[in-house]
Amino acid sequence: MTRRLAPSVNAGSMADIAFLLLIFFLVSTTIETDAGISRKLPPLIEDTPDIVIRERNLFRVEINKFDELLVEDIRMDIKDLKNAAMAFLDNGGGSGEDACTYCKGNGDLKSSDNPETAIISLTNNRETSYAMYIAVQNELVAAYNELRNREARRMYGISFVDMEKNLKDVRYGGDKNILKARIKKIQSMYPEKLSEAEPKNQ
Amino acid sequence: MSKFKNKKNTQLPEISTASLPDIVFMLLFFFMVATVMRKDVLMVENNLPYADQVEKLDKKNLIMNIYAGKPSSRYHLGSESRIQLNDKFADVKDVQSFILEERRSKREAQRPFLITSLKVDEHTKMGLVGDIKKELRKVEALKINYTTRQGEAKNNLK
Repeated sequence: MTRRLAPSVNAGSMADIAFLLLIFFLVSTTIETDAGISRKLPPLIEDTPDIVIRERNLFRVEINKFDELLVEDIRMDIKDLKNAAMAFLDNGGGSGEDACTYCKGNGDLKSSDNPETAIISLTNNRETSYAMYIAVQNELVAAYNELRNREARRMYGISFVDMEKNLKDVRYGGDKNILKARIKKIQSMYPEKLSEAEPKNQ
Repeated sequence: MSKFKNKKNTQLPEISTASLPDIVFMLLFFFMVATVMRKDVLMVENNLPYADQVEKLDKKNLIMNIYAGKPSSRYHLGSESRIQLNDKFADVKDVQSFILEERRSKREAQRPFLITSLKVDEHTKMGLVGDIKKELRKVEALKINYTTRQGEAKNNLK
């Protein structure tokens, strides 16, 4: 009987295979990207025209120098802010021309007429911490997003956040122009009107 | 009989080391996927606050980074928050020239889409952030992004 040794496999091509894999991963991986809250700053205008805003259409949010949150001059816990902002935006207290057909709020006459006129005013102190400021910003953005999600689901059967995600996705199969128009539509239903005053100096 | 004899005499075959590079490559892949590349060397403390309503910043080449926070302890510059632009400590008034410089280095078509990413330490006071924002408004760099870590906003309040 002849001696049988296991035939040795030529490993010379192993490196080539490894390189192939390396190149595959190099091409297909995306390095983790940063994420954050996107905002648009208002342009610097020298003389601001006087616009009359009804008091009830204004939602005052203030963060003082002790990082305390004041909503309409009353102290509030950060976890209640989102619901308070949503109740204000979605109130729909207007009638006639100002009426809001899609709002599901209480229609309180002391609160906003419709989402298009509702303005959230955010004031902070120079001593306010950045962490608190971001927390408040986050809650306010969450309020807008939740309302937009609700309307997007009602009208198009998909949440607003998903629509925006699809818009950025290169592999999205649908028509992006329609998607863009839909996003615009939802945005115009709940426009982000967040005014920020310059920090108070105290 | 010869069968048994044969077995006794055979030496253990050498362990093949051909798969060693593969293992090394696997490790390489793991680290490649897990690392985040950073362009600037941080000179300030940079613990970003948490937020969950975030958008991703996909286009890396369209982003201008402004860092702010306390100077790292190795610089012995006290605890007053400072701005860092491009590996250097900077003043509030330097922000304008930084933005203009960055803008000039980009192609004409890209300029309207530039986003300023504010990477600000959570312990920074809003006064400094407000000053930066005011400077940005002066040079019409209006698109900003407060870069945050993913997490619930209440993590910020400790």
